[in-house]
Amino acid sequence: MARTFAEKALARAAGLADARVGQIVDARPDCVLSHDNTAPIWKTFKQLGVDKVRYPERLRITLDHAVPAPTTQHAQNHAEVRRFVAEQGVRHFWEAGRGICHQVLSEEAAVLPGQTIVGSDSHTTHYGWLGAFGAGIGRSEVAALWATGELWMRVPETLRITLTGHLRPGATAKDFCLKMIGDLGQDGGLYASIEFGGPGVAGLSLESRMVLPNMMAEFGAKNAYLPPDAAVFDYLRARLLARDARWRAEGGPGIAGVDALCTTLEEIALYPDPDAAVLAEHVYDLRAIEPMVARPHRVDNVQPVSAVKGTPIQQAFLGTCTNGRLEDFEAALAVLRGRRVARGTRLLVIPASSEVLAEAMRRGWINDFIDAGAVIGVPGCGPCMGNHMGVPAIGEATISTANRNFRGRMGTRDSDIYLASPAVVAASAIAGAIADPADV
Amino acid sequence: MQITGQVWKYGDDVNTDVIFPGKYTYTLQPAEFAKHALEDLDPTFAGAVKVDDIIVAGRNFGCGSSREQAAVCIRQSGVRVIVAKSFGRIFFRNCVNNGVLPLVSADAVDAAEKGDTLSADLDTGTLTLTDAQGAVRTFPFPPLSPSVMAIIEAGGLIRMLRRKLGTEHLPMPEIKFAGE
Repeated sequence: MARTFAEKALARAAGLADARVGQIVDARPDCVLSHDNTAPIWKTFKQLGVDKVRYPERLRITLDHAVPAPTTQHAQNHAEVRRFVAEQGVRHFWEAGRGICHQVLSEEAAVLPGQTIVGSDSHTTHYGWLGAFGAGIGRSEVAALWATGELWMRVPETLRITLTGHLRPGATAKDFCLKMIGDLGQDGGLYASIEFGGPGVAGLSLESRMVLPNMMAEFGAKNAYLPPDAAVFDYLRARLLARDARWRAEGGPGIAGVDALCTTLEEIALYPDPDAAVLAEHVYDLRAIEPMVARPHRVDNVQPVSAVKGTPIQQAFLGTCTNGRLEDFEAALAVLRGRRVARGTRLLVIPASSEVLAEAMRRGWINDFIDAGAVIGVPGCGPCMGNHMGVPAIGEATISTANRNFRGRMGTRDSDIYLASPAVVAASAIAGAIADPADV
Repeated sequence: MQITGQVWKYGDDVNTDVIFPGKYTYTLQPAEFAKHALEDLDPTFAGAVKVDDIIVAGRNFGCGSSREQAAVCIRQSGVRVIVAKSFGRIFFRNCVNNGVLPLVSADAVDAAEKGDTLSADLDTGTLTLTDAQGAVRTFPFPPLSPSVMAIIEAGGLIRMLRRKLGTEHLPMPEIKFAGE
């Protein structure tokens, strides 16, 4: 019988031979993600009267949403998370400064193909880039999972997005996502599993592939999936071995069964059957994608950059789990080198992880950013959801590589947020107004 | 079970950032959530909402961030029913897990105006709308699944789990909901 990725993944997570669309299953997720919100979840967990987390090895915890702590309250919150991690023996914990949860868990191969990860973060859809089923849930549900290891999930309908062709120079995976969400609406994928496929997927770099399922949270999706290939398996293998070596060097045990894990990645990967029933299929030719901008205050309020160029901006933000990686920095620097950020405009650059920061430094890119007049921030979420490090003033406009431009998102209700690719953000920083990289 | 209250009417794609701004997510204590409910959408809501009032909205209500405080702050303000054309999926789960009923009826949404009286009857699956002139109309809504209703009837996921785990007798320094 033909099955979608979501049907196969949730059947596996629930220990069932089969699962069908609409079925409610008791899933036992392989990984449970939380971040700075681990502390309030612990409070809820304590109300259950359970002392120990049932499967502490399944937890994945980072500190990333407000790091380093900007206020005493945030610092108290972080201290509470560290206490929880120590008390419950959570090994998959990454400290403030290591980076944004979705980037870090990817770099650490802490989620694998065919696995299910749920997290108290709406962008948990991210892990579809490596062929995992990732879905956001609420804090109470994370507390319940800590206690029982189980959560009810409905097997979602599937929307198939078939990609053909290659992106042209200057067009990015971000532009494609904005175009698609603009076409189909920000509830166009509501409750659905988004299955990407087609010959266009293989032509996308791994970093570009990460953008797609990340952005599908803005499409209403439950999860999003790309078929993993040899490039994904090689990436994960190298990173499993690196973490295993590091854990052992730190004096503890390595990753249990790491060699077997490395040889079975291809076997545990799940692929949808081509004739599985889907709600609809949309075909996009990547050759037709051009730089796009989402205007305030909706992610589906999308126009080509040519239609909004000249709009004044005071802040440009390059970073986040959507676009804070090396290829994003490379694209921005291709525009920025030899130029300066416009007077009256500021450019914030925040690497998605310490690994991105370290490699960008080795390549001399951080100096290049500073030479262009940029401000460099600590790896983490930065001002994306308005906690700190780049909150706009009233009446200001920001152009950002983030995934969300809702009113007040960056901490100030009366301010505008435009979303675009790294190159468009860089060009706009130089111009002091929204600009097409082709024009600067 | 029947819940009756005044309508607060909003449009499509109301996101969780305007329901509960992100800047509060790690700093605000639960007792203060209700004061900030819908703060960046409708600054008049938190001060004027009454117990059992009903929020009526368009498509994709509660889209965006997974922050559970968006559902909790609404529940704390006394609202137990939201009627929308559709819901953001994480927000839908968060509503259920905090004892808020997310009901779907596009016709009721189109008909309702701010200040109308709306009544949700869970036993018959009917919404009854009374407008300012006293005209009465009814709209059916599809029933919620048994697993969802079990959580609602228990008063939310944590209370249901406490019952299952036999830990109901333990103290629960929980959030106090208006009207409870």
